[in-house]
Amino acid sequence: MSVQPAMPKSWRLDTKPHKFCPGCGHGLVLKALGQAIDELGIQDRAVFGCDIGCSLLSWDFFNVDTIQTHHGRTTPVVTGMKRANPNLIGIAYMGDGGGYAIGSQHLVNAAARNERITVILVNNTQYGMTGGQMAPTTMPGQKTETSPYGRDPEKTGYPTQGPEMVAAITKEGAYVARGTVANLRQLKGFIKKALENQINGGGFSFVEALSTCPTNWRTNAEETWNFVEKEMTKYFKVGEIKVPGPRQEEGN
Amino acid sequence: MADKPIQGEKRVFMTGNEVVAYAAMAAKAEIMYGYPITPQNEIMHYWTRMAPKYNREFLQTEDELSAGFTTLGGVLAGRKAFTATAGPGNTLMQEPMSMAEAMRLPSVVVVQQRGGPSTATVIYSQQEVTMTTLGGNGEGLRVVYSTSTHQELFDYTIKAFNTAWKYRFPTFVLGDGYQAKMRESLTMYDPEERGIELLPAQPYMGKPGTPGVDRPPSQYRNTYNVEEELYEVLQGYFEDYAKMAPEVAEYESFGVDDSDLVVVSHGVVARACKEAVKELREAGVKVGYFRPITLRPLPEKQLREAAEKSGRFLVAESAQGQLDRLLKEALFGAKVEMIPMYKPGVGITSEEVAARVKSVMG
Repeated sequence: MSVQPAMPKSWRLDTKPHKFCPGCGHGLVLKALGQAIDELGIQDRAVFGCDIGCSLLSWDFFNVDTIQTHHGRTTPVVTGMKRANPNLIGIAYMGDGGGYAIGSQHLVNAAARNERITVILVNNTQYGMTGGQMAPTTMPGQKTETSPYGRDPEKTGYPTQGPEMVAAITKEGAYVARGTVANLRQLKGFIKKALENQINGGGFSFVEALSTCPTNWRTNAEETWNFVEKEMTKYFKVGEIKVPGPRQEEGN
Repeated sequence: MADKPIQGEKRVFMTGNEVVAYAAMAAKAEIMYGYPITPQNEIMHYWTRMAPKYNREFLQTEDELSAGFTTLGGVLAGRKAFTATAGPGNTLMQEPMSMAEAMRLPSVVVVQQRGGPSTATVIYSQQEVTMTTLGGNGEGLRVVYSTSTHQELFDYTIKAFNTAWKYRFPTFVLGDGYQAKMRESLTMYDPEERGIELLPAQPYMGKPGTPGVDRPPSQYRNTYNVEEELYEVLQGYFEDYAKMAPEVAEYESFGVDDSDLVVVSHGVVARACKEAVKELREAGVKVGYFRPITLRPLPEKQLREAAEKSGRFLVAESAQGQLDRLLKEALFGAKVEMIPMYKPGVGITSEEVAARVKSVMG
């Protein structure tokens, strides 16, 4: 019998293996989140909202109370819960389409109101569930089903810099970072600090996670890893962008 | 801190929007989420003035999508939450309410109808009947009360919370700009002192104990993998709805047993119809009055009886046949002539109704 790496305690074992495609980054982000929930001991207070898109597959992922909402509407649902019961730790989990396109007004306004919730947004540069269409985060020149000749920034703009935008519109006390599934230890640290910021009542906390979609990227393992590590980071800088306390060391 | 804005009974003279705010307080609503749109704004204005005094909360959201979805978040967290909207806001509200239908989340939405389509007027109409009864990508699994007076705005706003939390279908109070802005006398009261039990809200999420350790996690979804799975879930919902329908359906009528024509209307238009029919009956005209109070579900049995007895319905509404369409569906196969009196987006007076009845009856 081979030794399996330990799953986070807050994972729901009877729904594993999970439903994401092979090579998908969601499982890694949710592992980092699970570890953060375990380390902070908030499994009893956390409420998890997932969006529509691939993130919806996480609706029974954790042993944590979970609501699957509509496309783009996870931020207001979690905001509503947190406002109604501030003792809860609200986690809104979504993709780049849900957060930066159809739900961008909710993200902007929740950030501007400094809602005491944590938004975790998985950026895989396209719409995965619907079959690989162009997203706000699609890289210049990247081919998708709706940009089959490559994204032309002249016609469709440049990729959304989500964390930079959130950092610009939040007041001091907010926590904003961009992690990557290529550095899981760092990503877990960012998510943990984001949740701690909520627990401490600091303010809005937001983590974007650079992630992978070999199914729609049509990449093998090496190309997948190369894209998330080398290509995406040319445009999406990994690190903490806004912190309430002292900065975290690089690669920590 | 007092927790009740209304002690005992109180005769008041106020606008409909103010009435709704007081009624929501009296119903022990705990949090309102809202976005400004005329003519419902004063519901928020009065709510926000009273809220801190009675330990209630308010959140002004970025749009009606957010107002609806934050309301559902409040419900999930175990609070009696509600929102209010109108017109294009009601259009956006259909998305969150379709989620409420899919997940059986009790929720209360007060709609003060304005003119349509589009931005149209901020004044008045009955043009949100189709959308409020059947909106969203679903099957109309909701309850809609159409109020006619300020007293009813008070009574039915309180009742809407109980209906929503008892049956777990989204519940709408359908008013209009006239009711919202007009001042009128009514008696406000503490429902519990009148023996009306106020059903408590229960948390869906964040219940006591650690999920997976002390209890199973509460996990709610609105996405299904296969057709049969959805079909099965919906059959249960339809069964619940059919069982509920006769329990919640309400109407008001008189003179339908001995009439050759029945005037059918709802909401504020029913006031004009009621007055016209009363006067005509006093003058010996054989005309009746029927008003569904619930537009969804409709009081189908009583409607059919009234139709069969009189053989003729005059349908008066401030819309181009939105009520009429609902009636025709409920009355399919009944031998009744449907005579329209449509004034979309415009009020209807008792004199107009009386004149129309006379011209129809000759």
